[in-house]
Formats: sequence, structure tokens, C-alpha cells
Amino acid sequence: MKIFKQLAVLLMASLFIISCSEGTKKEPKPVDVGELTKDVPEVHGSELKESDITLGTPLDQSMVSTGKATYELKCQSCHKLTAEKLVGPGWKDVTKRRQPLWIMNMITNVEMMLETDAEAQKMLELCMVRMPNQNISTDDARKLLEYMRSNDGEK
Amino acid sequence: MKHAHLKSLLCLLVGSVGLLWLQGCKPKGTQSAVSGNAAEKVYVAPGKYDEFYNFVSGGFSGQMSVYGIPSGRLLRVIPVFSVDPEKGYGYSEETKPMLNTSNGFIPWDDLHHIAISTTKSEHDGRWVFANGNNTPRIARVDTKTFKTVEILEIPNSAGNHSSPFITENTEYVVAGTRFSVPIGENQDVPINTYKQNFKGTVSFIGVDKVSGKMNIAFQILTPGINFDLARAGKGNSAGWFFFSCYNSEKANTLLEINASQKDKDFIMCVNWKKAEEYARAGKGVKKTVKYAHNTYDEKTHTATSVMENEVLMLDPKDCPDMIYFMPCPKSPHGCDTDPTGEYIVGSGKLAATIPVFSFAKIQAAIAAKNYDGQYDGIPVLKYEAVLHGEVQKPGLGPLHTEFDGKGNAYTSFFVSSEIVKWSIKDLKVLDRVPTYYSVGHLSIPGGPTSKPWGKYMIAYNKITKDRYLPTGPELSQSAQLFDISGDKMKLLLDFPMIGEPHYAEAIPASMLMKKSQKIYKIEENGNAYAAKGDNFARVERKGKEIHVYATSIRSHFTPDNIEGVKLGDIVYFHITNLEQDWDVPHGFAIKGANNAELLIMPGETQTLKWIPEKVGVFPMYCTDFCSALHQEMQGYVRVSAAGSNVPISFSTGKTTPDSVTTKTSN
Repeated sequence: MKIFKQLAVLLMASLFIISCSEGTKKEPKPVDVGELTKDVPEVHGSELKESDITLGTPLDQSMVSTGKATYELKCQSCHKLTAEKLVGPGWKDVTKRRQPLWIMNMITNVEMMLETDAEAQKMLELCMVRMPNQNISTDDARKLLEYMRSNDGEK
Repeated sequence: MKHAHLKSLLCLLVGSVGLLWLQGCKPKGTQSAVSGNAAEKVYVAPGKYDEFYNFVSGGFSGQMSVYGIPSGRLLRVIPVFSVDPEKGYGYSEETKPMLNTSNGFIPWDDLHHIAISTTKSEHDGRWVFANGNNTPRIARVDTKTFKTVEILEIPNSAGNHSSPFITENTEYVVAGTRFSVPIGENQDVPINTYKQNFKGTVSFIGVDKVSGKMNIAFQILTPGINFDLARAGKGNSAGWFFFSCYNSEKANTLLEINASQKDKDFIMCVNWKKAEEYARAGKGVKKTVKYAHNTYDEKTHTATSVMENEVLMLDPKDCPDMIYFMPCPKSPHGCDTDPTGEYIVGSGKLAATIPVFSFAKIQAAIAAKNYDGQYDGIPVLKYEAVLHGEVQKPGLGPLHTEFDGKGNAYTSFFVSSEIVKWSIKDLKVLDRVPTYYSVGHLSIPGGPTSKPWGKYMIAYNKITKDRYLPTGPELSQSAQLFDISGDKMKLLLDFPMIGEPHYAEAIPASMLMKKSQKIYKIEENGNAYAAKGDNFARVERKGKEIHVYATSIRSHFTPDNIEGVKLGDIVYFHITNLEQDWDVPHGFAIKGANNAELLIMPGETQTLKWIPEKVGVFPMYCTDFCSALHQEMQGYVRVSAAGSNVPISFSTGKTTPDSVTTKTSN
């Protein structure tokens, strides 16, 4: 389904390019300034519930590989894949120590967790650096979780 | 004895009456000017927001400041025409091209006026335009990032004062010359041939409706007079532009006297719709001239400077009915159109009246060819024929007028140091308040648009004197906030400014705050030197150039130990901030660097060029307090002698660097 969507977008994009390159000078469409100036607030996650997360076996390998890419871009600077603590704790066995919901909320809602969750607060006392909000969507956080499970040896 | 007693009592009585009288006569001081609940009206409680953003020109600081109204709190200084070492603006490799001109890199200018973009003459708040006076340029600031994203040099211009003012839908930004200059191929002429050889221009800069990108659509060649300020029409007059002009005497020396000879100068009326038609119809002549066009790409966080070569020039003698002059008393300065667009207020800065012109009458006079001769071949309309009326005895030295949308105009008076409120319809003075001291520009939220929000007025004063604690010979320029919601103007607050404020505009906070960008998405970082993740952090040598691709995150750089740099090398530190959290920039500085720091926003990449001058180990560190371990956010770069064979190496978290083993193997 998703591939279809992507294909459709690609098709539309190429049509657009073709129509542009034909060089037919049409009167440009009037610009909708209202649309251009509408408010687009940035959303940085909202609290997840147990029911929002489902884990499956075997692991979804495409999710694992997207999760790995996100890890390398946004997490690796502070978290090793071993048990060794760098800025934050190493990820080895994190899926055995923590509930999936806890991990996901820590990724997407770190401000809330550091305010309300005793375990998260303990981590802050240990690391002394507030884990940054890395602007990771719920979907990407779920893929990171899949990558963590893979890192912990799940198949 | 009794008599003497009586006498002294009498004396005391007379004395105290005298004292009372004296006090009554004293000019109104600060205390008497401020009414009871002023503090309440400007108090914005901790954690609460101001009602308006006020974008203020920074004058000779070259920057734009952003204040909150009504609190008067400074929220931001946006670097525009001057370098800003605090933000790395003009120092980082990415931002240096923003300050390029046909005269090379220029680190300073004089920023005078502000124009917030409009649709149908109402604020849409997408961009803020500003002018550079000294080396003529127009800048565009994006209100999502509060960054300068474009600077366009204006050729065939000098003293770019009559700028930037915009048409109703931001189709054009105009830029007019204050100083006429020789234009064309032979510019090496005697100064006293001004009358023959000097010309003015007004440029119409097209603005792309979606991207905001500017380009000079055409320039109009004008007589060699000084253009001071300008405003577009609105409503019926939206197809016209009005420019105040002085020095119709065409003096080239001691203008203070020589440009103040004539009883009347002009307001130039430009039918820009007609000019646009002439430009499209090929009536213009393409002139070869070099000017820089600099744009900042928000995806690559990189500016590029392109040298343009040509401009389209319209000569009024080939373009009939395009421009007209309208006499205006005594060196007009402000030239402001009211919210309906029907009335144009001219402020002769040496005049004792304020003339108000009527657009309908201007049209009638043009149709009837009701002329008062010509000036350099351009028709001059009859003063009486275009005049709506004059405000009599308003004050001394009128400068600028703003509007509240309720039929009232507010004019600043420099010489008599006051603001006068008057009614546009019947030209009656309604109220006046003193300013401390010598007011220049005024700003009412939405004041220059067809839909002013009113409520407040800010006066930008030229002289501060005793308003603040003394700070030596120079004092910060002062702004004053007035409540204009009632019949009487009420002073609420004084607050200091940066540089010298000239024009400013205010816009409701609600129009901008939700759109404000918080981070640069690291996934979308298109900087050619970005290290998107620690796997890409590295050091590379390309001949004499060393490129350090480093990442920063709370609280370390990767890599943070670098060796193999030699004297004679040029080191480029490309730092990518991997943070994706609002308001967590990282700084970067290295000992001995002769430029500035970098301040890298979340998700951004910026580059600092460093040419080491000495052999040794140079610490680098994060300059923006980022976490409890910010003091630990540091590293070292080793610089060896020119002939050394220390190889390039880099690491983070390694205690035995490769170079140690390399050395022993040698």
C-alpha cells in the first residue's frame, strides 16, 4: 500500500516536471496567500498508551533497518550498542530492562518523562544530561524499538 | 515685634504662592506625563507573552531588532547588514556571501526602514524588508526563522533612503536614491556639474509571491533630486506610488542652506501599473551594471552570492503619463498614505503646516492637465488642485505620520518634540503629547496598512539625555510607548533601543508565533559538508586544506582530538549540530581564530575557517551553555611544523591516539 502511495507521488512529480519542461507559458495560478500563511505549529510527540504499541515476532527487518538509520543519525552520539555508558546508557538489553511503552515515551516525550517518571528521573541523576528531544515521530520511535530488540538478540 | 512677625508671615505666604506658581509653570516632567495605571498596562507577567512583535530598524548598527509590545522587552537582534560575531553572521563560511557587494565584502551598513509584507494592503507577515542606506541594498528577513535570507544590491543608486516600501500585495519593493549621482559609463565628472550629470533612480523590485525572491523588475530614471521616503497607495490609489523629494534646487554643496531655498519641493507620483506596462512593452533600455544578489538557502544553511549584470531602465521621456510631480512645502520628509488610500500626507520638515493631498483630486488634475509647468520635462500638478487641505499650526518640523484606522492621523514633530493627533477628514488637531526628546519615526501596529490594529503607538526618539542613568557621552536611543485607545494619548513606558531606531512596524504576535521554526530537521540538512551522524564524522586533507566534519551533541564533539594539521594549512571546521530540540544551539570556538565563533542551531551545519599561526595544541570548545556537562564539551587540535610528518588522525573517547604509535614506528 505504502509503495503504491510512493509510486503515485513519484508519478505525479514526474508529470509535474514534464509539464514544466514543455515550456507552455500558461498564466500562473493565483497564489493562495491564506494557505501560505496558515499556522503550521511543530508537534513534538504526545503521550503514548499501552494500546498504541504492538510487538510482533519475527522482527520486521525493514523496520529494523530504518531504526538503525535513525539510531546512527540521532542517537549514536550518546548511546553505544554495548552495555557501556557514554553520555547515556548503552543499549544492550534495554528491551529486557524496560517496558516498550517506557522506551517509546522516553524517545518521543522525554520532557514529560523527566517530569513525571521516577525511573527516568533516576537516569537523569546518573547521567546528569537531560536526554534531548530528537524530534522523532511515533512511527520512527517504533522502528527504533524494533532495532533495539534486534540488538538484544530477538529474531 | 508683632508687626515684624506679621511681615515674615506675609513673606512666607507670598513665597509659597510663588513656589506653587513656579511649579505650575514648569514644563511637564516625567511624573506628570505618566498616568496612574501605566505600569499595569505594560506589565507582561513572567511566562506570559507580549501582544505585538515590533520590528525596529537598528540604524547605524546595521541590524534589525525585535521588541515585545507592550513590555518593551528586547526579544531578538537579527543581523542583516552588519557582521555579528555572537551569531557567527558574516564570519562563518556559509554566511559570508550574504555581505558581498559589487564593492566586495562589506561588514556594515545603516539600516533605516522596515516593511512587513502585505496582501491587499493588510499585513500577511511573511517577510520583513529592510534597506541598507550606505551601500544601497534591500534585505529580506524570513519571519519563520528570523533570519536574513536575501540581500539584493541596488545599482545606479546612492544613499538608498527612500526604501523599502511595498505595493499592496507585495508585488514590488521600491528603493529610491537619496543622493543623486552620475549614472552610466562616464562617472568621472566634476562635482559642480551636478545639474548636467547627476541623476536619481527609483527601483521597482519584483517579489516572487511564493518564495519571496527579489529581482529588479525596472528602474525609473529621474531628475537629480533627493528622494526621501515613499508609500504605495491603497484601495483606489493602489496602482500608484508616492515619493517625497527635496533638493529640487539640485544643490551639490551645503545642502543645509542651498537645498532649502525653494518654498516648495515635490512629492513624485508614480503610476507603477503604467510603468509595469511600459517595462513589459519593451519601452525600457537594458543598462549594463554590476550588482550582487545574495540568497540564503534554509536547506543547505548556505548563502550564495551571484553578480548580476543588467537592469532595465525606464526614462520618463519615453514613457508619458508615468510620473507627475506634486508641489509640497519645504523639503518634505514623510509621505504617508492613510488606510483608505485617498489621502497622502506630506510632511515638510521645515514647514509650519501639514498638507494633505487627495488621490481623487490628483486624478482629476491629471485628467484636466491642470499643470503648474514642468520640472525637467515632467508635469507639475497645481498645488491647490490636488490639495485636500492643510493642518494649520500643528507644531514645528513635521516628520512622519501613522494612522489608527479610526480616521485619525498621528504626526511626529522633531523640532517641537511632540506628537500631534489630528483628524484626517476635517484636519483639526485633537490632542498633543510631548516626547523625550526630539521624536523621529512613529509606529502604530498595522499603521501603514489598510487595517491598523491601533491600541499602541511607539515613538522613536533621537535624543535621550537625562531619561536614563548616565553612561558617559553616549546614551542608548530611547523609545516611548503610548496608549492610543482613548481620545487622549497616554505615555506608558520608556525603553532603550539598539543603534539608532528609524522606522519600525508592529504586528500581532498571534500572526507569527505559531509559525516560528524551532529546529532544522537533521534529515533535511542539505549542507554539502554536513556530518549526519557520527559515522560521517571525519577529518580529510585536500592539499593544504583540512576539512573537519564534526558533530556536536550534549555534550561532546566527534571527533574531539585531531592531529596532523601543519602550519600553512587552512582548516575548515564543518560542525553539524545533531540536536533536534528547540533552543539548544551549540557554539564552537578555537583558540587563536581571528574571526568569531560559530553558533549552530539544532540540525544545522556551519563552517569556521581557521588558519593556524603557531605550532602547538589548540583547545576548542562549545561556547553556548548546553548542559550540566557543558564545561566538558571541549577538544584539542594539534598543529605541527610545516615539514612535520604527523599523519592526519582523529578520535573521540580514545586515550592512546594513533599518532603515538605512528611516532614510535618512525
